[in-house]
Amino acid sequence: MTALLDMNRLLDELEAGLREILADRGVTSPALIGIRTGGVWLADVMRKRLGLEEPFGELDISFYRDDFSRIGLNPKVKPSSLPFSTEDRDIILIDDVIMSGRTIRAAMNEIFDYGRPASIILATLVDLGARELPIQPDVVGKVLTLESHQRVKLRGPDPLHIELQETGQ
Amino acid sequence: MTVNQASNRSLQLTADGQLRHFLTLDGLDRALLTDILDTADSFIEVGERSIKKVPLLRGRTVVNLFFESSTRTRSTFELAAKRLSADVLNLDINTSATSKGESLSDTLLNLEAMASDMFVVRHSQSGAPHFIAESVTPGVAIINAGDGRHAHPTQAMLDMLTIRQHKGGFEGLKVAIVGDVLHSRVARSQIRALNELGAAEVRVIAPGTLLPRDVESLGCTVEYDMHKGMKDLDVVIMLRLQKERMEGALLPSEREFYRLYGLNQDKLALAHPECIVMHPGPINRGVEIESAVADGPQSVILDQVTNGIAIRMAVMSMAMGGQVSERNQQQAGSKQA
Repeated sequence: MTALLDMNRLLDELEAGLREILADRGVTSPALIGIRTGGVWLADVMRKRLGLEEPFGELDISFYRDDFSRIGLNPKVKPSSLPFSTEDRDIILIDDVIMSGRTIRAAMNEIFDYGRPASIILATLVDLGARELPIQPDVVGKVLTLESHQRVKLRGPDPLHIELQETGQ
Repeated sequence: MTVNQASNRSLQLTADGQLRHFLTLDGLDRALLTDILDTADSFIEVGERSIKKVPLLRGRTVVNLFFESSTRTRSTFELAAKRLSADVLNLDINTSATSKGESLSDTLLNLEAMASDMFVVRHSQSGAPHFIAESVTPGVAIINAGDGRHAHPTQAMLDMLTIRQHKGGFEGLKVAIVGDVLHSRVARSQIRALNELGAAEVRVIAPGTLLPRDVESLGCTVEYDMHKGMKDLDVVIMLRLQKERMEGALLPSEREFYRLYGLNQDKLALAHPECIVMHPGPINRGVEIESAVADGPQSVILDQVTNGIAIRMAVMSMAMGGQVSERNQQQAGSKQA
């Protein structure tokens, strides 16, 4: 399992996938947005790898989560920061792990409150399946199938590594 | 912690320490006050977007219940609720049902029957929001928008947010509150917040007739001479002279008050050169504060208004969040039982 989660290889996959889709779509200057916290670390890495000069945006989706009516407000919310206008931009949205798809739905709702982007490309380092919404990433570092007692978490930012957690059930 | 603080804590917080009503700063600790300030910081960013709205309170109904008139507080609460996507009902009770003889309890029962989720209460009687919080249907959050001479916790917290923005924190700060402390619910909440957040010194500067008895017990020092009191200050908070609350001869004259306790450029020059000037508004120019100071480079009075919206968004969403998560835990508990 550890060998499968070689971070450099995952990042290489992500970078190659992004380069390919950007070329396919003829996008030359995408705007990068990472979802806090893991997605922000990845946005930082991908910005350097893709040679983008513009600073990346950080999204905290706490105000857009669909479980407020169950669990209330995340007490550790931090301000989102998009240092560019999203209006008519081609956006790369990055997160560490996709599962239900609910985080991405919240993130897209938030992005649209800043303006109307031309397009959004979704990139995630790991895809765990178990989707609950019709949302699929365009670029994935690795598709993983976990046992029901297993979880993964991206740790970082330096060094970035994926931690496999056993929940002990 | 006193008995009173403990009961304020248990009324305002859920079993796991989340805010569910916001009535007073008594009983709320530094960690929670800091959470409110941090959450408000995130809402400030929302106020800078092209669409200044988040969906947190979508489908919920907030009732602004103002038994006492107010322009700024009510409009910032209304805007805060709307930016959280709530539906807002503004009730000016002075001109409404109570003048037709309906009791407070009946008014509330009617509003609850309209499936309201939150009451923002301003009342001339100290303790009115507490009374409502104790009797309201579970699940409904109560926010104090100022009660009598008792408390005005959202105003105090927006002042704390403004101080933190300009000074970076509270450690080592010397803060003075100047003017009509006697009639001020804001001053009480400010003194409490500054002490809890770790300010080095809280001074009140006022004539003896405008100070409550035992004012030091609130956690402040007293200075009657403003020229002495301005020394080394990092923050000076001017209070409005509450002419409408003055009974009898507490003041010789407005002109005399301005000479002794009004903030002008000469007095401000006695403070630290980077001292910021605050005022909860509405300001009486030439009564508490000179126009050149109110509009000057050290004034942060308009920042306070902007921050008021963010603080109210923070408190409303946190209290609603506490109510919904408490209700869900109770439902989960009763299913298991």
